[in-house]
Amino acid sequence: MALKIVKGSIDRMFDKNLQDLVRGIRNHKEDEAKYISTCIDEIKQELKQDNIAVKSNAVCKLTYLQMLGYDVSWAAFNIVEVMSSSKFTYKRIGYLAASQCFHESTDVIMLTTNQIRKDLSSPNQYDTGVALTGLSCFVTPDLARDLANDIMTLMSHTKPYIRKKAVLIMYKVFLKYPESLRPAFPRMKEKLEDPDPGVQSAAVNVICELARRNPKNYLSLAPLFFKLMTSSTNNWVLIKIIKLFGALTPLEPRLGKKLIEPLTNLIHSTSAMSLLYECVNTVIAVLISLSSGMPNHSASIQLCVQKLRILIEDSDQNLKYLGLLAMSKILKTHPKSVQSHKDLILQCLDDKDESIRLRALDLLYGMVSKKNLMEIVKKLMLHVDKAEGTTYRDELLTKIIDICSQSNYQYITNFEWYISILVELTRLEGTRHGHLIASQMLDVAIRVKAIRAFAVAQMATLLDNAHLLTGNTQHNGICEVLYAAAWICGEFSEHLEDPMATLEAMLRPKVATLPGHIQAVYVQNAAKLFSTVLRGQEGAPADSKVAQETSQLLIDRLPVFVQSANLEVQERASCILQLVKYIQKLQQKDVEVAEEVTALFAGELNPVAPKAQKKVPVPEGLDLDAWINEPPSGSESEDEGRKTKTKGKAVFAKEESRHTKPRYTEVDEKELAKRREVRKAEQANNPFYIKASPSSQKVYQEAVGVEHIPVVQIDLSVPLKVPGMPMSDQYVKQEEERREKNKADRKKKDKKKRREKGRQRRGDSGPESEEDITPAHMVDIVTEEMPENALPSDDDDKDPNDPHKALNIDLDKPLADSEKKLPVRTHRPDEGLKSPVEDGEGLEVASEPKKKSGKEKKDKERKKGKEKKKKKKHKQEEGDNLIEAGSEEPAQSEVTNDVAAQPPTSTPEEAAAVADPPPPASSPEAASGVAAVVPDSEPEETKSSKHKKKKQKKEEKDKKKKKHQHHHHHSDGAGDESVQNGTVEEEEPLPPMSNYALLAENSYIKMVCDIQGNLHDGSQVVVSVIFENKCDSFIKSMEFNVMDSLNSKLQRPEGAGPHDSLTVPFQLPPGISNEARFIFSMQSIVMPQKLKGTLTFIVKVSWSCSPQSTHIPHYPNQIEVYLSRVPNTTGVDL
Amino acid sequence: MIKAILIFNNHGKPRLSKFYEHYSEDTEQQIIRETFHLVSKRDENVCNFLEGGMLIGGSENKLIYRHYATLYFVFCVDSSESELGILDLIQVFVETLDKCFENVCELDLIFHVDKVHNILAEMVMGGMVLETNMNEIITQVDAQNKMEKSETFIFQSPRQDR
Repeated sequence: MALKIVKGSIDRMFDKNLQDLVRGIRNHKEDEAKYISTCIDEIKQELKQDNIAVKSNAVCKLTYLQMLGYDVSWAAFNIVEVMSSSKFTYKRIGYLAASQCFHESTDVIMLTTNQIRKDLSSPNQYDTGVALTGLSCFVTPDLARDLANDIMTLMSHTKPYIRKKAVLIMYKVFLKYPESLRPAFPRMKEKLEDPDPGVQSAAVNVICELARRNPKNYLSLAPLFFKLMTSSTNNWVLIKIIKLFGALTPLEPRLGKKLIEPLTNLIHSTSAMSLLYECVNTVIAVLISLSSGMPNHSASIQLCVQKLRILIEDSDQNLKYLGLLAMSKILKTHPKSVQSHKDLILQCLDDKDESIRLRALDLLYGMVSKKNLMEIVKKLMLHVDKAEGTTYRDELLTKIIDICSQSNYQYITNFEWYISILVELTRLEGTRHGHLIASQMLDVAIRVKAIRAFAVAQMATLLDNAHLLTGNTQHNGICEVLYAAAWICGEFSEHLEDPMATLEAMLRPKVATLPGHIQAVYVQNAAKLFSTVLRGQEGAPADSKVAQETSQLLIDRLPVFVQSANLEVQERASCILQLVKYIQKLQQKDVEVAEEVTALFAGELNPVAPKAQKKVPVPEGLDLDAWINEPPSGSESEDEGRKTKTKGKAVFAKEESRHTKPRYTEVDEKELAKRREVRKAEQANNPFYIKASPSSQKVYQEAVGVEHIPVVQIDLSVPLKVPGMPMSDQYVKQEEERREKNKADRKKKDKKKRREKGRQRRGDSGPESEEDITPAHMVDIVTEEMPENALPSDDDDKDPNDPHKALNIDLDKPLADSEKKLPVRTHRPDEGLKSPVEDGEGLEVASEPKKKSGKEKKDKERKKGKEKKKKKKHKQEEGDNLIEAGSEEPAQSEVTNDVAAQPPTSTPEEAAAVADPPPPASSPEAASGVAAVVPDSEPEETKSSKHKKKKQKKEEKDKKKKKHQHHHHHSDGAGDESVQNGTVEEEEPLPPMSNYALLAENSYIKMVCDIQGNLHDGSQVVVSVIFENKCDSFIKSMEFNVMDSLNSKLQRPEGAGPHDSLTVPFQLPPGISNEARFIFSMQSIVMPQKLKGTLTFIVKVSWSCSPQSTHIPHYPNQIEVYLSRVPNTTGVDL
Repeated sequence: MIKAILIFNNHGKPRLSKFYEHYSEDTEQQIIRETFHLVSKRDENVCNFLEGGMLIGGSENKLIYRHYATLYFVFCVDSSESELGILDLIQVFVETLDKCFENVCELDLIFHVDKVHNILAEMVMGGMVLETNMNEIITQVDAQNKMEKSETFIFQSPRQDR
């Protein structure tokens, strides 16, 4: 009965599959969230079931909920369970869920390594496929490292279906584990010529992705790609290759020359628009790279432009868009060819599609010339009026300003026109770019001296009509221009016709509603205007009344600002108010004050290049990071200590910092005053310092951050027609007239010339060339100042976090032996166990060349155990200090980070030595013992292949004692290393008494083994095997053999063949165990290795000798155990 | 590289989302919403490229989309992909769906999002185009479905016994 209920409920839950869930959600539109939360509860129940079908169904539903935005990471473990189902159906569900919601910080990912490896090697290609697909989405650096070899093997799978997936996923592996790139690359290259087009395409895909980021490393592949390009018919592949060539040509112009012809052929022959477009794109890239040798390629340019024109004229909006996009690339180097299609591009400005309009706008930027600038801008201004959305209109506005201001106002012949354009732009409703216009106004007014009079007049009108700009709301981006207007009027007030009127306009009560920073500028510049008015009046001394009226005006109006909530405004206003009051007093006494007041604002302001400050070279001996004054600290003694330490460095603090605090400030004040003097003198002599005197306020102006101004929308109800403002159109007309006139003049001159020169150059009155257009008035554009010895270096703003940076690896260098297989990185030690020492120096310690032999890892030491350890602990402190000395040894640890970049000469030893661990956990004693044993162990070292027979334990104990004493001798000098090793290891949890793991066992014999890196020779691994006789008979003639793998080799005595067995050098009486060691030389230690071996032996029974053989099975799971316990053991497992 | 593939309907309801870079669930939803907002306000007869969805980021990226009846298919790609190529790929994707579902409509995608994912997995892997040949894609998808069917048969029979 109970069973029935359970079964029923299982069935019911199981019945609610994905479709039911979706249906349910659709039926609960009004309380969707609630419904889903009950569903999630159900899913949680289902996940608790043992039935994998129920689980996978639940996971499938979770995948759907994830898409709807629900976090399902809590089910990550269940997803792993479903992934590891043996049934493809469930496995696929699991992998899909994992690919949707796993990411690098999902912790259960590390549980999947073995499962994925199993799936990758599954006989069913779809299991492998599904695993690869899933892995491509959630591969982590750990997975990439652990599975790189398996995936590499799959690249040569018999099924193209697997091959292409394996090839593609390698890209992800490279990204996560850059060390794998070099070893894997030769095979990747092979795949470019795979018989299966899908695999080929995948390889092209991967290499293109790689080459795009670091093109120079892939130049050597160009011939291969060239062959592919001319032979392939697959448009996908062609497009990728052609795109790749686009990235390669800038680095190798010769390649470009070769490409032109086949690309041109493709352009002519292909019917696929996508291919045509990419060809054109690459031809453009080629032509850009071939900046010289133009004449030969003008035909290609023409062809490109012509084809692009066809694209742009096409009714398909997509082609039009792409055509414009490509056009803009040509524009950069061959503006002339594009300019001839101006009509077409201007036409695109009217397109209904905003993307296309924006592209066309981009093009305009490069199409302007002195000749057509006014015309183009006029057209744009029309668009500005018509534009419906503010975004597009703002885009237009910025484009207009960009176009006009590009390359230092190169194309502007008439700045009056430009100023009036800017003024017209101020009438835009609700633009966000007030500050942009403002900065242009300021820039032009400051840098173009000739225009100042005109600009000032315009700005005065603007100020007068400020109410039109600000409208009814003060939340308005455009009022920024008032900032510029006020400043220009004040600064260049000598050009003002009626300073009095402008002053009045600037002090209107309505100004108080403007944003604070603008008011501040108003107040400041009112003072400047005031000085101008005074000076003007005193020139004509007859009427001092006006001057006094002006003072009165200021005194009347300024109090509004003094009450301002804005600190800046308040401060300036009250300062100036007091000044004016004082001046008024003087005026009443008929004192001439104009000169003094003017002196407040005298001096010229020069523009400074934006990067000037950054480019000032740091004087020699100046350390910008050093403290000027020591940061305050709590205790005096601590202070003292630090000071003595930094004494040498403290450039500015000098001795004062030693004084106690009260004195410190005293001295400091004096010092400060002195230094101020010095600094002033210095600045006076420095031509690059904007002189502060006599009016230090002026410097302030630029400092107000325009960017910080609140940007607000405005709606203007009043139609904007500012009275008395010249329209920019007038200038266009004027300009035309002027040009006509110029032309006529020139013709006359030409005629004269021609007459003089005879008939040489007849009919040469073609279109005007750029140079013929003379500016309306000569403008002196002040260039921005830069410090004298500015460093020319342009900042490389490359993103340091770009993952592709790590893939910048030279692939042409031949692979060193050590690199033939994927290199190894040490397995990360368990974070929790990591000691600070290990953190920093562990690697270096491990990599010390003078490794002590690890051969002395004998059970004797292990047995000796605890007393020794205690000793060790005493040693440790000593060791801490010694570590620094030790770490000065050549730091080979660098190699770990950069194994792939190792010079080809690097030996396997080196790599292995680095990857090689601080000796495994079990060997603190071993290491110390070893240090002592050096003399004894020498013979072993020389004959490393010989297996030394172990002595009986008792003997060893005696020996040990000797060694122990010996050790003390060494501990001061030669013991360094051993002590260090000891310290490192001491941090690890105490090792179990035995590290020996079961290797094989049958009724006769039991084998346990322990694997250690050979500290003496990093490329070797010592495997100690204890043989235990379990039977009642004598065991003899034991022969041990292991099949060599590519990577690891059993070391055999000289003269032995590669398959010969090694004789175990002892016989085993019943119940006795003994140890033998075998040495393996390793090529690489990236991957845990599985070796297979056999032991043959003869059991001596009274009546016969029967040969037996034990197969040594693998223990794949043991690898895990080993690696986690002894993180640094080379991963050999027998 | 393809950064993301989104399918949503005319009302912005997601029908499939595949991100080849990791984002949190909230960010994903935000991206879907924003993309829908960008794409849905465009006319039918404008180009299928859209620059810079803010979230998926970077000036390098483009949205390439197609609108079929009630569904938008949106691919977010970087500059290494050919724009027209991706448009073709969307077409192949939709035609493949059409073959696999026999006259595909939105309901198929709503109820069988897992199958759509499986089909997509045969075309795009980890953000890179795996296969563009429709017949090849369909062969592989069919073979896998067949395998699944044979498995479910084995599995369900004992359940029916109970």
